Amino acid sequence: MLTTKLAKFCLSIAAVLTIPAFSNAQQMESHIGNLNGHSDAGKQLYFRYCWGCHGFRGDGDGENGPYLNILPRNFVAATFKCRSTPTGNLPTDEDLYNSLVRGLNNSNMPSWIALSSQQRADLVAFIKTFSPRWKNEKASDTIAVPAETPVTVESIKHGQELFQKLECWKCHGQEGRGDGPSAATLTDSNDQPIRPYNFTAGSRFKCGATNQDLYKIFMTGLDGTPMPSFADVIKPNDAWDLVHFLRTLQVAHNSPELTLWKSTKEGAEQVASKTVHGTPTGSGIK
Amino acid sequence: MYERWPHTVKKRIVWAASTFGLGILLLAIVLGDTRSVNASPLPTAGVRALPAFARKYGMPCSSCHEVWPKLSPFGQSFKDNGYQMMNDRDAPIFQQPAYWPVTFRITPIWHRESTNKIAVDNPAGPVGNQMEAQVTTHGFDWTGLDFHTAGTLAKNISFYVLPSSDNTGAFHFESVWARFDNLLGSSWLNVKVGKFELDNLLSEKRILTLSTNGGLYQNYHFQPIGENTGIFRFGLGDNQDGVEVMGHSKDDRTRYSVSLLSSNDGQPGLPSSRGYNTFVTASRAFQAGSFGVQRVGAFGYFGQAPTYFQYNQTAVTVVGQDINGNNVTSTATNPVLGTGVGNKGFYRVGFIGMWYVKKLDVTTMYFHGSDSAFLGTNTPANSPTGLPIGAQAPTWNGGLFETHYNLNPQLVLFNRYELIRMSQQAFGPNSANPSPSNLGNIDALTFGYRYYPFISSRAGFAFHNEFAVVRQRGVSPVNSLDVTGSSLLVGFDFAF
Repeated sequence: MLTTKLAKFCLSIAAVLTIPAFSNAQQMESHIGNLNGHSDAGKQLYFRYCWGCHGFRGDGDGENGPYLNILPRNFVAATFKCRSTPTGNLPTDEDLYNSLVRGLNNSNMPSWIALSSQQRADLVAFIKTFSPRWKNEKASDTIAVPAETPVTVESIKHGQELFQKLECWKCHGQEGRGDGPSAATLTDSNDQPIRPYNFTAGSRFKCGATNQDLYKIFMTGLDGTPMPSFADVIKPNDAWDLVHFLRTLQVAHNSPELTLWKSTKEGAEQVASKTVHGTPTGSGIK
Repeated sequence: MYERWPHTVKKRIVWAASTFGLGILLLAIVLGDTRSVNASPLPTAGVRALPAFARKYGMPCSSCHEVWPKLSPFGQSFKDNGYQMMNDRDAPIFQQPAYWPVTFRITPIWHRESTNKIAVDNPAGPVGNQMEAQVTTHGFDWTGLDFHTAGTLAKNISFYVLPSSDNTGAFHFESVWARFDNLLGSSWLNVKVGKFELDNLLSEKRILTLSTNGGLYQNYHFQPIGENTGIFRFGLGDNQDGVEVMGHSKDDRTRYSVSLLSSNDGQPGLPSSRGYNTFVTASRAFQAGSFGVQRVGAFGYFGQAPTYFQYNQTAVTVVGQDINGNNVTSTATNPVLGTGVGNKGFYRVGFIGMWYVKKLDVTTMYFHGSDSAFLGTNTPANSPTGLPIGAQAPTWNGGLFETHYNLNPQLVLFNRYELIRMSQQAFGPNSANPSPSNLGNIDALTFGYRYYPFISSRAGFAFHNEFAVVRQRGVSPVNSLDVTGSSLLVGFDFAF
């Protein structure tokens, strides 16, 4: 009996020493510009930095998963919010890489910019080993992001009309506070409640901070969330108008769109009505 | 089962004891009866690894620490951001109300300390006659206790309070500071006020070694032999009181900091003088292919220290009465604290490189120090006779070579060699009583391993085994011979 227990103990020590061996054995690579990532190297990094949330099997069931109010990404399902590919498709290696660089704002996913670019590329390669989708599905083309149209008052007003017409307000609210009539009922693909983005409180989006990022968000949709793709609904120029209007909802973030909008009487009144004065909260935003 | 129980327990005890002793034996066999010296208590400076942060952000220790307490580049970035992930969820408002940012750390140990030349009474001589003897002791013990409380008060306002005790339970404040992060919306401008660790790339507070002889960086604390540490005490590894302006690039590749510090080596209550010191450091990291992120940097500490006290205070106290009923008094003259004057300068400068070759990392450091001849010879600046003949500024050079091999996030092998060489003694060749040129030179070697049986985001635990040996030239108390001290330590280092 003692021998058996000793053997078990030795085996457990050996297992702990080789934790990375828990991972999927298949090999993957990633290609981001001139970088070539390798899953073998990424495995070491994953089991140093990522497993606490994303789990040993990459299914988002890490030891901290139950305590996070936005569940960690399930790499086995391979459904990703931040993509440059059409809805339903896998993201590109560069999309995953950019998520590592940027982090996902308002979630527990931090920026991993402190790692080297090679390390991030290796991590991307390893993340792809968790799902057979990466082997079975053909890589999709990225959506085209045409040149941004000029920011004008007319563009902003047209974007405002689209905001009503496309019923963005149902989730995001008329003032963009994320408090539309449907907001309380929304759930993500994990059946977890999910809150629409509050434009008035934030300056960054989950999938980036630039106008191009915002354009991509509603042209690709955020897979796994109720945010759909509008690629088949609006034309590129209209999409840019919508971008310009959405920027004016971000009253805490100075942007050319907001500045222009505030220069009009109508815009100034709207912005003033959205701005909250008073004691700042811990978030330092309101 | 009932009959077998005592036998099983016995075997388990034997097995556990054998396992525990294995680390000791391995080193003891290799090293034999190495001779050593310093009988000072175990290092008690707060060493840092905060499961409180792991609990707050739900990340394993290995994210921020290559092996705790040593920071990874990601952990360094987190620290430089004011203990923030910068994902707009750093403020306490986003934590559960019950979250309390506290961590404690302590290490039960077995250790063996040996010093080859300690002054002891000579049993063959008259009373007061001393000789030198080797003193070796060993046994079970424990280190000091650290209570770390740190985090954010609000977005971009960070804090750190660290009450730390020695192993008798006597507490002091190792760190007390508040930091304003990302001022003007820029990561290049952060201001910290209070008592804090200098922005040393090679952090002594995150040192991997724990033993009496190995638990500190010799270069950070060296002062030439003969200096009066009562009025001038300084250690680059000591936390200092002041204000620090620090900045870094978004990816933390480029860093700088400038500090204005009170010249009292971090002691509370302004006990020494009204002088101020300056510490500056800058570093730049770069990527070297698949090897990882390499970093090089430089630092300089430029200070002044008093050479005498402007005022003294004589106190007469009644200690009893004689047979005639008259008071018997005792007279003591002490300096008035804070009135140290006659400041003279000193400086420490150095270069550091942190080199990563995949699982192996090597830290190299060049160190140079110099103190004013007044400080080196304990001469008050107002001395009517001036400096002694032949007095000169004590100057020295030092080096450090430290390697870590991270077999995986749970096992690290470490090794460090330090040396300090005097290039100029305070009492030079022209002095009436010149010092030997190698007086005070130090060689220090430390090696060992740390094994982390589990890694989680809740608590930290490490099995620690270490051996350290330090030799200092010409400092034995009776015969001025070389003194060698060694430490062997086995411990269970844990934090929660």
